[in-house]
Amino acid sequence: MNFPLQLVITGFGLGMVYALIAIGFVIILKCSKAFNIAQGHFVMIGGYLGFTFLVTFHMPVWASLLAAITVAVVMGLLIERLTLRPLVGQSVLAIIMMTIALGTVLDGVATLVWGSEYKAYHGVLPTITLKVGDLSVPPETLIGIIVSVITVAILMILFRYTRVGLGMRATAEDEQVVQSAGIKVTTIYAISWVIACVVGVVSGILLGGVSGVSTALAEAGMRAFAVVLLGGIDSIGGAIVAGIALGILENIAAGYLDPLLPSGGGLANVFPFIVIIIVLTIKPHGLFGMARIERI
Amino acid sequence: MSLPSGVFQESYAQDMAIFRTRTQWVLLLAFLVLLFIMPVYANDRVLTIMTIMGITIISVLGLNILTGYCGQISLGHAGFMAVGGYVSAILTAKLGWSFWAALPAAGVSAGFIGIIFGLPSLKIKGFYLIMATVAAHFIIIWLILQFYGITGGADGMAVPRPEIGGLVLKSKASYFYLVMILTCVAVYLAKNIVRTRVGRAFVAIRDNDLAAEVMGINLWAYKLTAFFIGCVFAGVSGALLVHYYAYASTDHFPFMNSVWYLGMLIVGGMGSITGVIFGVVSLKFLDELVTIMGPMLAAIFPAIAAQAAASLGLITRGLVIILFLIFEPRGLVHRWELVKAYYRRWPFSY
Repeated sequence: MNFPLQLVITGFGLGMVYALIAIGFVIILKCSKAFNIAQGHFVMIGGYLGFTFLVTFHMPVWASLLAAITVAVVMGLLIERLTLRPLVGQSVLAIIMMTIALGTVLDGVATLVWGSEYKAYHGVLPTITLKVGDLSVPPETLIGIIVSVITVAILMILFRYTRVGLGMRATAEDEQVVQSAGIKVTTIYAISWVIACVVGVVSGILLGGVSGVSTALAEAGMRAFAVVLLGGIDSIGGAIVAGIALGILENIAAGYLDPLLPSGGGLANVFPFIVIIIVLTIKPHGLFGMARIERI
Repeated sequence: MSLPSGVFQESYAQDMAIFRTRTQWVLLLAFLVLLFIMPVYANDRVLTIMTIMGITIISVLGLNILTGYCGQISLGHAGFMAVGGYVSAILTAKLGWSFWAALPAAGVSAGFIGIIFGLPSLKIKGFYLIMATVAAHFIIIWLILQFYGITGGADGMAVPRPEIGGLVLKSKASYFYLVMILTCVAVYLAKNIVRTRVGRAFVAIRDNDLAAEVMGINLWAYKLTAFFIGCVFAGVSGALLVHYYAYASTDHFPFMNSVWYLGMLIVGGMGSITGVIFGVVSLKFLDELVTIMGPMLAAIFPAIAAQAAASLGLITRGLVIILFLIFEPRGLVHRWELVKAYYRRWPFSY
């Protein structure tokens, strides 16, 4: 098999996972300026919810999706109302610690309910396989691409052409001005968290159906931040481009450099973090992010 | 900080003193005596907990200077501890240095690694800096695992216990004394660093770094100094931890520890030395409680016995941090100040 090309294709699939996590992150950041470390945990919860509805309850796919989205909406509303709203106007550290603590609680809940085991439900979701010559494109790559393209299209329309989307963009710019224009900021925040939760849960179900879920997915969330930083933290398009680029680079780096390393590897795990350091030192605002000037 | 009625300050030195009344001195001495005769009345389990608490306090003091005073948020503190731990381990186990020479070397080398990873802080802050320090943690741990010829990699390496003039600190009590003395020294140093010119510059940078620069504070020098000081504390603490277990392993420095250290700062109160002690003691106490409660819960609900213990720890720690962020963002130390004020004014509180 063609080694470099296969690396690229596998990396593409990995990149889509990163991109899916990064999109949810960027949505929240775009409207409420909160850095949501727990986004990877949302995806994990989504995967486990998919397992419960599809495998344990034997529900059809559409009903499971609907049920999971309902849970995601409730979860988003609860999280926003109970934990994030009391912190409006607090420092960056307070909000980040809140989302980290939130992630820990979700981790604990997942351990309690699902036993933090690896769960996969292959063959339950409709799968698409594509073969080009002797290269097989893994299904997660295709599903990842399809879902993220659909998600991004919906979000683009939402942000560009609807009143809610306009309100969200305006809220990111200046809360007080938005309030004086008669837009309810709290509603905007709630909507943004709900959207992020839904995106997270849906991508979790897809991942669960393709490559399985485990609590390790939450750690993938940590690595997905390299994607967010590389793409620019306020750019959804950037998240996708950087996600794919990073996934491919990571896989190639691991494929070619691991054999050269003294203890034989593990480069894939640390590669995103090296990217973080490089991006932050050279171009802190990422590829497509907006550079902001700070005033006293 | 206000004083009891009838106590007046007549000079700047009196005004800046840490201990201003005789009662405070008496209380301090009583506390120290109680602390140092602990091996007489406490069992080994309590001594172990106290030793780990002392080591954690040293580390969190460093984090407090870096994050609480200078405002440079670090989520890679466990990584810097690992640097100190491994430097000390290699120097004592492989090169045959004495523990007393290896300990300062561990602190200083962790400090320099801290400076390297603190370099991005000149351009970035907030979330960006957090991600840079997270990256620092994972890169450090990965490097340690890579150089398994020196560090033992994933297998770890055995480390000798420290000794004084032929007396090896093997027992729990002897190591307890070592850690407690160093903890007291660390608290004293930290308390005084933040009262100096450097400490005031840190506070200015935390409150508004642009304004601080306009005032003539050299951001470049002071931010890196903050990273150096913070990581020296981390390095010393990591070395103590490694010598305590007599074994160096990357498992002693998990990423979540960095998170809990920040959590301890929040629970205790940022930018306060007393807050560090409150935070560490209360969260470690909570941990112990969870360790005891876990099996009890598992006995009550046998269906979830396997997961209960693991998840309980995660949920309680997360919830404690959430509750503190919402209801007492200034931490336990703020409550403590309120209690002290109430005691001073009683019965005529206004």
